[in-house]
Amino acid sequence: MSSREALMKLNEIALKVYTDLQNNEIPKITLPTRAKSNIVFDKKLNVWKYGESRKSRSAKTLDGAYMLLRTMYVAEFIKTMIEQNKSSTLRELYYISEGWDLAKFNSQQESDNLAEDLETITGCLREDFRLRPEEDGARIIGNIVIEEKTRSGEKRRIHCQDDVGDAGYSIPYNVEKEKIRFVKCDADFILAIETGGMFDRLVENGFDETHRAILVHLKGQPARSTRRIIKRMNKELKLPVFVFTDCDPWSYRIYASVAYGAIKTAHISEYLATPSAQFLGVTPSDIVNYELPTDKLTDEDVKALKSELTDPRFNTTFWKDEIKLQLKLGKKSEQQALAKYGLDYVTDVYLPEKLASFGILRK
Amino acid sequence: MAGEVAYELAKKQREISVAEFFERNKHILGFGNPTRAIVTAVKEAVDNSLDACEDAGILPDIIVEVRRGERENELMMIVEDNGPGIVEKQIPPIFGKLLYGSRFHSIRQSRGQQGIGISAVVLYGQLSTGKHARIISKIGPDRPAYLFEIGIDTHRNSPEIIRKDIINWDKEHGTRIEIYLVGDYSRGRKYLYEYLQNTSIVNPHARIEFIEPNGERHVFERVADELPKPTVELKKPHPHGIEMGTLLKMLKETKTKKLLNFLKNEFISMGERTSMAVCEKASLDPDMNPKELTREQAMRLLNAFKEVKIMAPPTDCLSPIGELLIKRSLKHETREISPEFIVATTRSPSVYSGHPFQVEAGIVYGGKLDRESPVKILRFANRVPLLYQQGECVTTIALSNIDWRRYGLEQRGGKGIPVGPAIFFIHVASTHVPFTSESKEAIADIPEIENEVKLALRECARKMQQHISKKEKRKKTKEKFLLITKILPEIARKSASMLNKPVPNIDSVVTKIMDVVWIDDHIEYERVKRIQKSLDEFSSREEHGCITKIRITVVNYKRRPLKFDLYAVKPSEAIVGFVNPKPVKITDKYIKWSLPTIQPTEKFEIYFELAGLKEGDFDENELYVEGIKPEYVIGANKWEGE
Repeated sequence: MSSREALMKLNEIALKVYTDLQNNEIPKITLPTRAKSNIVFDKKLNVWKYGESRKSRSAKTLDGAYMLLRTMYVAEFIKTMIEQNKSSTLRELYYISEGWDLAKFNSQQESDNLAEDLETITGCLREDFRLRPEEDGARIIGNIVIEEKTRSGEKRRIHCQDDVGDAGYSIPYNVEKEKIRFVKCDADFILAIETGGMFDRLVENGFDETHRAILVHLKGQPARSTRRIIKRMNKELKLPVFVFTDCDPWSYRIYASVAYGAIKTAHISEYLATPSAQFLGVTPSDIVNYELPTDKLTDEDVKALKSELTDPRFNTTFWKDEIKLQLKLGKKSEQQALAKYGLDYVTDVYLPEKLASFGILRK
Repeated sequence: MAGEVAYELAKKQREISVAEFFERNKHILGFGNPTRAIVTAVKEAVDNSLDACEDAGILPDIIVEVRRGERENELMMIVEDNGPGIVEKQIPPIFGKLLYGSRFHSIRQSRGQQGIGISAVVLYGQLSTGKHARIISKIGPDRPAYLFEIGIDTHRNSPEIIRKDIINWDKEHGTRIEIYLVGDYSRGRKYLYEYLQNTSIVNPHARIEFIEPNGERHVFERVADELPKPTVELKKPHPHGIEMGTLLKMLKETKTKKLLNFLKNEFISMGERTSMAVCEKASLDPDMNPKELTREQAMRLLNAFKEVKIMAPPTDCLSPIGELLIKRSLKHETREISPEFIVATTRSPSVYSGHPFQVEAGIVYGGKLDRESPVKILRFANRVPLLYQQGECVTTIALSNIDWRRYGLEQRGGKGIPVGPAIFFIHVASTHVPFTSESKEAIADIPEIENEVKLALRECARKMQQHISKKEKRKKTKEKFLLITKILPEIARKSASMLNKPVPNIDSVVTKIMDVVWIDDHIEYERVKRIQKSLDEFSSREEHGCITKIRITVVNYKRRPLKFDLYAVKPSEAIVGFVNPKPVKITDKYIKWSLPTIQPTEKFEIYFELAGLKEGDFDENELYVEGIKPEYVIGANKWEGE
């Protein structure tokens, strides 16, 4: 989207408020409800998007009025940035609001949310607004050559095995085509891993080389750029994606955000989600089949699992069965619990077995 | 054999001296351990000083000082007052003879009752340190000051004068006592401080200065410049709640010849008509000889007392502190806590066993008070703080029997001492406070008293609730106010500036958002030199008074013009000064205005001044409206009549 378009969209918000006031109406803007109850599956795009339900921000209440005022301030701030060809991080936006008197944000959560609101209202991406996260990149290791345009404008090619250390290639916040290109790739699949410990284990055991895998560290709930680069590799390199996490309700949500899109960013699911990504494990069935060491589910865990049973994204036989099994077991486990059988067990036995079941590797 | 034992006993009995009596009873008298001892000693001395000052019509200025003595745990207590002083002749018996006092036989509210007080302190000091008490007293500016060193002859219970001198003392009048005693200051300090602070709360007319052994000074300032109304001695009991035994005794001892006269003469509040009504109710001949009443007839009389409406006892034998002064005192002593609000109430006098009593209560709420701890209870009897035996006291029992959960405090099972950010104040004033023991630390659980305490506390709780709900409502509307006065104009300005257009007019949106009549008030105080006592009488003394200035703003945020009446409640103590616009009515309790028609978004201002109050006495307006739907109005309630 061009800067001019972004500016136009922002002006439209101001115009709506201004016109309301002129017509002696209480100013109000509406936007999709960003909640679990309002995500629907988009068959055309194959991802979960926001549904019809909308909420309004009206100046009738104090909170609504604050939001409107802040929206005005943020819109004006973005306008200035676009005009001056600058950009800022979300954190900087939060600190800049310190000088906004009444419109000041109380927490970065609020300003981050408002940035996302502006995306949903205008259909722009926050990159169009010159806002970026300070995402400390998740990492990639595998037989792939990436061409990245550096700060100085020079194009640098990086082989994600030979040109990087054990930590791997660090994913920048902008992974769009003007910044990153995939030059060459010789691998069979992408394995997205939740924890750093497991990522490092696979790297140490040379799993990327022995099993022709591209390893991506998700670093917990993955940042937009991590999801976007997985999506691009999946689409452009035609590599299947497998997600490997702990066995607890929070990890399932990590998978869901990779595969289906996150509830918070459902307005841009088609950019971020990889609908074909599969959940490799650790599954509740694995707890039983591999006799893994476990912890008891906490009250919060149980609540989260039950909430997932009503989450449309988990409305499949696979998930329903697994979640119900886990509730029955009352147990959860971790990726690293596999070390029970030795440090090489995960690379020699578990992953090959699981991948074989998806038809990727022969046993 | 048995006879010999009796002789032996008799010999011993004769040998019991006051020293032994004291030794045996010292726990009851409040000298059971060194921690209690220092507190009791100060308490006895300060109570005496306060009583003496009040009797003489002097605003008390009391200095309490504790110094460390030469030996370990030896302390010197010094209490000095500006009271009337004690005549030379009376000094030795007052300080050197147990059970010597003037209040023992009177029916009247006073602090000390048994007269065991100060001489017991002298005796305790003597027994524990071997040192004598020093007394200095002076009864007037042109009279000599006497210095006595007094001991107690413990065998004869009589004063021993060790030294007597006339000295030069620059005080106009007053008494200073210095007593050495064994006490535990490090442990007693907390109680001592609490006692003095609490004493200052219930004696707003007193100034108390406290000097600690390390030289640290604390001043509990005077917050009222007038002495409590002097109490009148009551010679006769009130018929309500009198006990059978007492009644029988009175019937037996009376000099009257007719029952009617017995009722009229031996009781208070019993006139001709009431006495007749009692006789009729009891089916007794008013002309019969009271001495001839049978037990059964006396019982009927007793029941008749309960059934016939009898006037409450005269209140001039009691000296309540009063709502305004309780609030003022509590406010002053809790200023570091900056409480959210303080409420207080004074009940009408009531009677138990023929003794008039009166209950006052107060609640201090919020501020820096701990939300997780049990509420703090300040108990008082006749303006004396009660520090120990809280659990046995009728005040605590009554408090524990109220379900405080209804009033927003935590309380397990709706019983017991509640938890929350509150201090409870309870004062029982009576001509005879029924203490549970001689140490006078807890009031006995008399049903009539418990009931009155409960009523007083509930009244405070209701006020507290009203306050909270009003505050919440105000907070919500303050938010709306912020919305329309600050945020909305800013939204208009920003949207206009982004579009390079003129700022739109928002008045009509404002009325749409608010849709109420907004009443706000502002209170200010101005210090003045003289205090106005009434409309045309000014205080003759050079005093620093205060004018309370109240500004009420009414804004019509409805979409149509409105006209209605407004009432502002004022304390009856306050005198209304300048008022603008002219009210249609001013009474003891309120001021009433008939407001002109106010147009949408138009503002109307009312200003008035109150005199005769201290700064902070009036810190919240109670406003009422009439002639408009109350739900349209924020900042005032529906006028329900007087």
